[in-house]
Amino acid sequence: MSEQIPSRGQVDPVAGAEATAPDTAETPPEEPRSSAFLRDLMGGSAAISVLAVVLALAVGGVLIALTNENVQSAAGYFFSRPSDMFQAIWDAVFGAYRALFQGSVYDFRRDTFAAGIRPLTETLTFATPLIAAGLGVALAFRVGLFNIGGRGQMLIAAACAGWVGFSLELPYGVHLFVAVLAGVLGGAVWGGIVGLLKARTGAHEVIVTIMLNFVALYLVSFLLRTPVLQAPGSNNPKTPPMADTAVFPPLLGPGYNVHAGLLFVIAATIYVWYLLGRSSMGFQFRAVGENPNAARVAGINVKNVYVTAMLISGGLVGLAGVSQVLGTITTGFGAGIDAGIGFDAITVALLGRSRPWGVFFAGILFGAFKAGGFSMQAAEGIPVDIVLVVQSLIVLFIAAPPLVRTIFRLPTPGQPAAARSKKMKAVTT
Amino acid sequence: MKLELRGITKRFGSFVANDHISLTVEPGEIHALLGENGAGKSTLMNVLYGLYRAEEGAILLDGTEQHFAGPGDAMNAGIGMVHQHFMLIPVFTVAENVMLGHEKTTFGGRLDLASARKTVLDISARFGFHVDPDALVEDLPVGVQQRVEIIKALSRDAKVLVFDEPTAVLTPQETDELIVIMKQLREAGTSIVFITHKLREVREVADRITIIRLGKVVGEALPTASNKELASLMVGRAVELTVEKEPAKVGEAALVVDNLSVVDIHGQMVVNKVNFEVRSGEILAIAGVQGNGQTELTEALLGLQDRVTGTITLDGKPLAGLSVRKVLDAGVGFVPEDRQEDGLVAEFTIAENLMLDRSTREPFVKAGSLQLNALAEFAEKKIVEFDIRAQGITTNVGRLSGGNQQKVVLARELSRDLRLFVAAQPTRGLDVGSIEFVHTRIVQTRDAGTPVIVVSTELDEVVALADRIAVMYRGGIVGIVPGDTPREVLGLMMAGASHAEATGDSAVHTA
Repeated sequence: MSEQIPSRGQVDPVAGAEATAPDTAETPPEEPRSSAFLRDLMGGSAAISVLAVVLALAVGGVLIALTNENVQSAAGYFFSRPSDMFQAIWDAVFGAYRALFQGSVYDFRRDTFAAGIRPLTETLTFATPLIAAGLGVALAFRVGLFNIGGRGQMLIAAACAGWVGFSLELPYGVHLFVAVLAGVLGGAVWGGIVGLLKARTGAHEVIVTIMLNFVALYLVSFLLRTPVLQAPGSNNPKTPPMADTAVFPPLLGPGYNVHAGLLFVIAATIYVWYLLGRSSMGFQFRAVGENPNAARVAGINVKNVYVTAMLISGGLVGLAGVSQVLGTITTGFGAGIDAGIGFDAITVALLGRSRPWGVFFAGILFGAFKAGGFSMQAAEGIPVDIVLVVQSLIVLFIAAPPLVRTIFRLPTPGQPAAARSKKMKAVTT
Repeated sequence: MKLELRGITKRFGSFVANDHISLTVEPGEIHALLGENGAGKSTLMNVLYGLYRAEEGAILLDGTEQHFAGPGDAMNAGIGMVHQHFMLIPVFTVAENVMLGHEKTTFGGRLDLASARKTVLDISARFGFHVDPDALVEDLPVGVQQRVEIIKALSRDAKVLVFDEPTAVLTPQETDELIVIMKQLREAGTSIVFITHKLREVREVADRITIIRLGKVVGEALPTASNKELASLMVGRAVELTVEKEPAKVGEAALVVDNLSVVDIHGQMVVNKVNFEVRSGEILAIAGVQGNGQTELTEALLGLQDRVTGTITLDGKPLAGLSVRKVLDAGVGFVPEDRQEDGLVAEFTIAENLMLDRSTREPFVKAGSLQLNALAEFAEKKIVEFDIRAQGITTNVGRLSGGNQQKVVLARELSRDLRLFVAAQPTRGLDVGSIEFVHTRIVQTRDAGTPVIVVSTELDEVVALADRIAVMYRGGIVGIVPGDTPREVLGLMMAGASHAEATGDSAVHTA
């Protein structure tokens, strides 16, 4: 079994006991590529995140214009009446983004404020699981782990919470609490397995999480065809509806979909903020994420940190699954209940730069895309896929900070900083 | 070939790495470039080698101005570089490495190994290098690998050779051999630029010395100048080169290491049945060339190695087999040899780094929460006490100079109650001023009655600090000798000779 925690200082000089000593003497040991990549991604500033969104919307606008039928037909006689085409482009793009706004924030066409604000509550509803799962992924990022097992963790959490939700009979309050707890624990266990495998055997978390996604999917699909999860008397692979005692109560009354899961998510955000910024455990998490070697030398048990971090990460992602079955779709669920949130969460975590409040607002933005995307399609006939393209572009731009920096002519943080530290060296010595 | 640098200025943003540096190297001259780390020596040489473009100034070879777009141009113009980190491919033979980059081919694109082999043999015969062209580079000792680098440069008709810190990786004997080689090259008419911060070597080999500080030439000197003069020019103030220390007040044996062996993950025995003890109030220096098991030995003491046999006891309590946490709790302070990789978290602030090894308990943690006020107070105090030059306690450690980074590590380790202090390469890469500081703190720790182990590959450091010296070679301790053992004896021991052999040998030499 190989030691996963890299400690090159101990490995290399040995291999080169005589021949390659110089390499080991001064060369900084290379870190595992994935964690260097993660650090790059997280190293971007908030400005990069904002600019990536702006850029993605701009490119999205181009795509909307290109695919719009009016623009295409106006382009046919561009040279006789060019203004027609520009008018058509403007109409298409402005119309699309207006629809996106009206579908996600405030609908001016409604008479009352109560009706007008409804899109914003929809945004928050969509954002609830995204934030929860985003926090889970972000927490793992901060420990240097790439948790792409959100789907599996959500499915297991949904199954656990759902089973408690429809099969137990408990009083109001208690039932909800037990169901949430079951779901979070389910997700935590599913994530914890990953941490345990990584700590004990050195298995790479990316591979393990991907595989556990499939295990969870087929496990839940199987259970949905057995009496454990399947609604009695039904042939569909679908659970019975949740008991009234177990569902998240609506926050703003029955007219709106936004539910008390949002409160749990806000609490989770505060918890993650405290954990990472103010707690001893989070300090160890961050130390391991930034430099596992130094953490190990300082007496931090890196393996335990991996296990604990994946437990908490899985639990947070589990909360997203809980929010789905107890809040968004309470009428019973199938194997598609995760709705791709486990993967969107990676984007949310990246956009939020793995900071708790960054993730919170990135989650709301993506919630807005989801809510607004449908109304964009309905109102303007623009395929909802455009929103997916914009989301993907955001990831692309965030993953390529040099690109964004070049486009907006921002200074490269690396070089001046290096020069500055050199200067400091020169001055202070 | 005469090399002239005129008013070279190189800026990185607002930082001026080279400020109007002028330098003339006459044909057949060894010109030493002396300066602390970060003084701008390497930048200057990278400008010369075409890796950086200078904003101002000119490079002249035999009076003609040169414009290098890259190292290729510099090489063609006759400039060769022997890098500190060898640019060799370990699994290639010497001949293959030498022809790498300008391979000659025969009919059908077959590599012309024969001519490369001949080049190697020719050059090696001319200077008495004794290099086998068919040997794999990875099988060669470091000193010979360096000769391969020299052959590589000479095979491209280098008339100006730049040696960038060439002795950092060599044993004292290999260093002596290198000095002989440099003198031979000089006789053959090659101009040599010798970059270093080691005063002794400079005085031994250089014809002229240019001293650089903060990117500027601050003086020229002849090799007859004293160490003290050179050092004070380099640092810009008077420097104490020797560490002031009283004779050790030695107490009981505190750390006892018995029959300790370490097996690495490749199954190699890297520390081989080592026995020694360290008494309270003394400094035991572990000398040896890099890669002879010192790293693994200190890691074994700290609980960082998994496959350890033998016993380690500190104040009568066993240490072997304990987790790092427990070893630290037993009162072991540790300065790892690679402070950036193992000692610090670069993205953490100074304050956070100061609590790195006390991340679970008081005074910095109460009930699982960080005590940020207590930490800030502690950090403010340590910044003053250890003279850490930074904007504040929230500066990221990655932005500090090497010396200040090391002070952060020292501040953290020395602010616990120590029963044993282990410092591995405590001054590697530091400037003279910081070295002075680190050495003083180590001696203070000793004087407080703490047993101290200093691992160092620098003979100067070993001699300056040690009360006793254990010399390691290929995983074993070849001998433990008193602190005042002559350098030559230590040098021979570092190459594997026992104490008896080493003293016998040196007697022959001096006779």
